[in-house]
Amino acid sequence: MRSYLSDRMGAALLMAPLLLFLVVAYAWPFLGVVKWSFTLPTPGLGQYEALLTDDLVQSVFIRTLRIAAVVTVVSVAAAYAITVVWVRGTPAQRLIAEFCILVPFWISVLTRAFGWVALLSNRGLINTWLQAIGFTSEPLALVRNEFGVIVGMTHFLIPFAVFPLASAMRSLDDRVLLAARGLGSSRMRTFWTVFVPMTRSGIIGAAMIVFVFSLGFFVTPAILGGGRSVMIAELIYLRIFQSPDWGLGAAISVVLVLFVGALMALLFRYVRPKQLI
Amino acid sequence: MQQPGRAAEIKAIGIGKSFGSFRALDNLSLDIGRGEFLTLLGPSGSGKTTFLMILAGFVQPTEGKLFSDGVDITDRPAEQRAAGMVFQGYALFPHMSVEANIAFPLKVRKKSAADIKRRVGEMIERVGLKGHEKKLPAQLSGGQQQRVALARALVFEPGVLLLDEPFSALDKGLRGQMQAEMKRLHQETGTTFVFVTHDQSEALALSSRVAIFNHGKLLQVGAPDEVYDRPDNRFVAEFLGEINMLPLKGVRPSGNGSTGLCEDRTISMGCKAELVRGDAILAIRPEYMSISGEAADGENGIAATATNSTYLGAATRLDLTTRQGAKVTVSVPNEVAAAALSKGNSVWLTWPAEKGFLLPRGGQ
Ligand SMILES: Nc1ncnc2c1ncn2[C@@H]1O[C@H](COP(=O)(O)OP(=O)(O)O)[C@@H](O)[C@H]1O
Ligand SMILES: [Mg+2]
Repeated sequence: MRSYLSDRMGAALLMAPLLLFLVVAYAWPFLGVVKWSFTLPTPGLGQYEALLTDDLVQSVFIRTLRIAAVVTVVSVAAAYAITVVWVRGTPAQRLIAEFCILVPFWISVLTRAFGWVALLSNRGLINTWLQAIGFTSEPLALVRNEFGVIVGMTHFLIPFAVFPLASAMRSLDDRVLLAARGLGSSRMRTFWTVFVPMTRSGIIGAAMIVFVFSLGFFVTPAILGGGRSVMIAELIYLRIFQSPDWGLGAAISVVLVLFVGALMALLFRYVRPKQLI
Repeated sequence: MQQPGRAAEIKAIGIGKSFGSFRALDNLSLDIGRGEFLTLLGPSGSGKTTFLMILAGFVQPTEGKLFSDGVDITDRPAEQRAAGMVFQGYALFPHMSVEANIAFPLKVRKKSAADIKRRVGEMIERVGLKGHEKKLPAQLSGGQQQRVALARALVFEPGVLLLDEPFSALDKGLRGQMQAEMKRLHQETGTTFVFVTHDQSEALALSSRVAIFNHGKLLQVGAPDEVYDRPDNRFVAEFLGEINMLPLKGVRPSGNGSTGLCEDRTISMGCKAELVRGDAILAIRPEYMSISGEAADGENGIAATATNSTYLGAATRLDLTTRQGAKVTVSVPNEVAAAALSKGNSVWLTWPAEKGFLLPRGGQ
């Protein structure tokens, strides 16, 4: 009992600096933001009312949700394919998959966004090629719109979807797959009716992580959206640093944080935190 | 393995399997008869699972050929062989209900919904899972999961049912019950059963024939009483149960059997001294030996002193030492053991000639 207590004390002491840091760096400033949302420019619920009536704010909210949803579906599907190769491929395939998963972590988000601009812009690599082989006569609009934002965000988020999927696939008992085949099921059928359903917790975890991350994206949409596909984080930035309308910016932030918090709560109801790493 | 509803006859010829430089199976030939209950018995790591996986088509042998009803199936993939298989640890689909698990092989075969419903219902009844249809595997006990695995493997009427240590995770009482049920299922379905275990009493109790494995080699195949009473070698003799071994000299044929000298007494054996001559080992199961005050002329017997006894309830296990120091264990009625111990001096160990068999000295 005593050692149990002292273990707990030890753990608490070890975690204390981190907790202190989180309180000082996030919780305390956030309380300030909450206060602004109720007091600026005048005390009251005015900012939240504006939130509900402002067409721009609402269209940005809807666009953010739409982009996040598309990015989630595409990222999780792509990550699923990569993870299958990474976890179940031949040693050579595993190595290549691992390389593809890890390399993006070494390149900054800014570099990657500009890389996509170089690829997708009107005089970028892809459009030049397409015109060179005579596939198109006009450049396709691949960037400075939602498409570009979705491409850039998906690319950034795929590796984050890989880890929960890999942990679900690794914990799967191979014999269950053998059993399915032994009972006459083809590889394809076994994949769809046994393998995919058995990795459900990983799919939910990956989707939640990607969705939550997508909601707060700033750099990628700002660069690849070219000001025409503003997402919620950029809108907050604009309200605080350019308009300036601190109260509204603060109110949007509060709503975003509450929404993400609710999603996280939902996530932890379905999957244990351990499965996410 | 191809026609549903008909038991398969399987022939393995010269099957070998290497994992890198490790030899998991070596030159294994075995005929499995139509509708028989064959048990693969051997210690852990002897290659039983590997052989079963080769039969099922999950593992490709390095050498050898496999025939089912005379057709070469060596290269046929598992899903086309469709042997019923019960895995170690059951391998049920955790996301499917009991019903859906059992229906799976029928759905794969595109049976009509009505047909599936009827056959799954029958199977659930047969393995005693009524009332559990909608449950998930995780909501069932070990024994119930075992039944689901059996039902799922039998519902599509495979030509052969392969079972890999299906009862190793069950407690003893449940084990006996499941063994009886398996025997019943074998009789009802008439399918060929290939059953893997490392438990010799389970093997002897269930099977029509037992195949004994060690270090990737098939050592002996035969009916339970055959391998128990006339093992080919020391490993089989020891693996199937307790055995007493006495050194024997001057072994030679005599009449229908053979004779030899054990501690200066002439001993006769029912078996022929074909392979073993001169020095040998005489092996006798403890339950075939008895204790008496003296051995009559011409009766097999040697003198020994009781050293220790263990009360087992129905009988007593008695440890004895012969004059030349060989250790012998017998299982005798409680009062006989008491008498032998109280005497303190030597008693006679006797046994019928046909119950002793010869093993080569030294080697295996
Ligand atoms: N895929 C494999 N790779 C390497 N060695 C294996 C593999 N499968 C089995 N073995 C080895 O082959 C031997 C026989 O294994 P197995 O057939 O599982 O034995 P049993 O079922 O009799 O316990 C063991 O030593 C095991 O380590
Ligand atoms: Mg095994």
